[in-house]
Amino acid sequence: MADPMKIRATLKGDLADVRVLMGHPMETGQRKDGAGKPIPLHFIQEVTVKLNGKTVIEGQISQAISRNPVFSFRVKGAKSGDKVEISWLDNKGDTNRTEAAIA
Amino acid sequence: MLVSGRSVLLTAALTLAAGSAAAQSQFEKYQKMVAEGSPVELFELVGEGLWKKPQGPKNASLEQCDLGLGAGVLQGAYARLPRYFRDVDRVMDLETRMLHCMMTLQGRSLEEATKRLFGNADKPSEMEYLSAYVAGQSRGHAMAPGQSHPREQAAYELGRKLYFYRTGLWDFSCASCHGEEGKRIRMSELPVLYKPEAARPLIATWPAYRVSNSTFKTMQWRINNCFRQMRTPEPVFGSEVVNAMNMFLTVTAQGEPYRGPGTKR
Ligand code: HEC
Repeated sequence: MADPMKIRATLKGDLADVRVLMGHPMETGQRKDGAGKPIPLHFIQEVTVKLNGKTVIEGQISQAISRNPVFSFRVKGAKSGDKVEISWLDNKGDTNRTEAAIA
Repeated sequence: MLVSGRSVLLTAALTLAAGSAAAQSQFEKYQKMVAEGSPVELFELVGEGLWKKPQGPKNASLEQCDLGLGAGVLQGAYARLPRYFRDVDRVMDLETRMLHCMMTLQGRSLEEATKRLFGNADKPSEMEYLSAYVAGQSRGHAMAPGQSHPREQAAYELGRKLYFYRTGLWDFSCASCHGEEGKRIRMSELPVLYKPEAARPLIATWPAYRVSNSTFKTMQWRINNCFRQMRTPEPVFGSEVVNAMNMFLTVTAQGEPYRGPGTKR
């Protein structure tokens, strides 16, 4: 089953509070499996946030972030109904994306 | 990980937390920070998918499962469990009832449906995902387990007895650890769970995500793991013992609005 993603975006004045949950193992490369073999690095490298199709955040993150990361940030000048689209790219080249309308 | 070594337990369990009030607020601060980053909704999402997915020999979903408020009614159902079910003439908690529905609605065998009840960070179990989804449908509903049927009352009495019953290798009861105010093991407070003030906020946030090992845990896991810490055999999933214990804890916590699935240490 593909790990899910979920966005919650709510407007407070002209600031949109955006919270995104991303299911991902975020392996640090430091753990070993039951047989003592190192578990390879596997982490989200890039997070991209678009507002109505226009890129507003491009974040580089690392294996220092926990499993199943949660990010929240505020977007200025947003309106109800604006489309927030968030995607990630990990070090294995896998990607995932989801979108939500600001409520 | 929970307590894993005998020496750790013996030295730590019996240490009174010094400067308890200050330590308390630090625990609370930590709890709050942890809750802000909680990914429980992801588990609810996957659980919803599994609830609606046709499975088993009968290729049926769990959507018609009757959790006590009628077939398919999820809103507020978890907050009213455990309760007596006439169709099986016994008390069941959420997990026991879902297992029943897997066997009756989906035609799955006991062996198959209980093959992997407790998962891990890499692969949570079906029961964990489903518990997250169903419990999430009770947010804001006051905890109100069944208490009118004689079997419900008997379950409560048995659970209460078990809580204080000393047994096993170490002659421990639940109350050996959860019996006095202000005790802790390492960074874990030991709540006095037979008192409503302690039970209410904690029981009303199970099942829960555990940040220390990135896993989602169910109430039956919690109870099993505490029996393990007592060095007794772990009770059978869905057994009378687990349901009675859960009934005792939930009745003690009754009235509290459900705020889970929660996030724990
Ligand atoms: C050896 C000590 C010990 C015994 C005996 C013990 N527990 Fe626990 N229990 C713990 C610890 C430690 C924690 C907290 C773990 C944590 O913070 O992760 C805990 C946590 C719990 C919780 C969760 C509280 C919360 O934070 O939500 C419940 C419920 C619970 N125990 C029930 C029981 C029951 C029921 C029994 C008897 C069957 C029992 N415990 C026996 C040590 C014990």
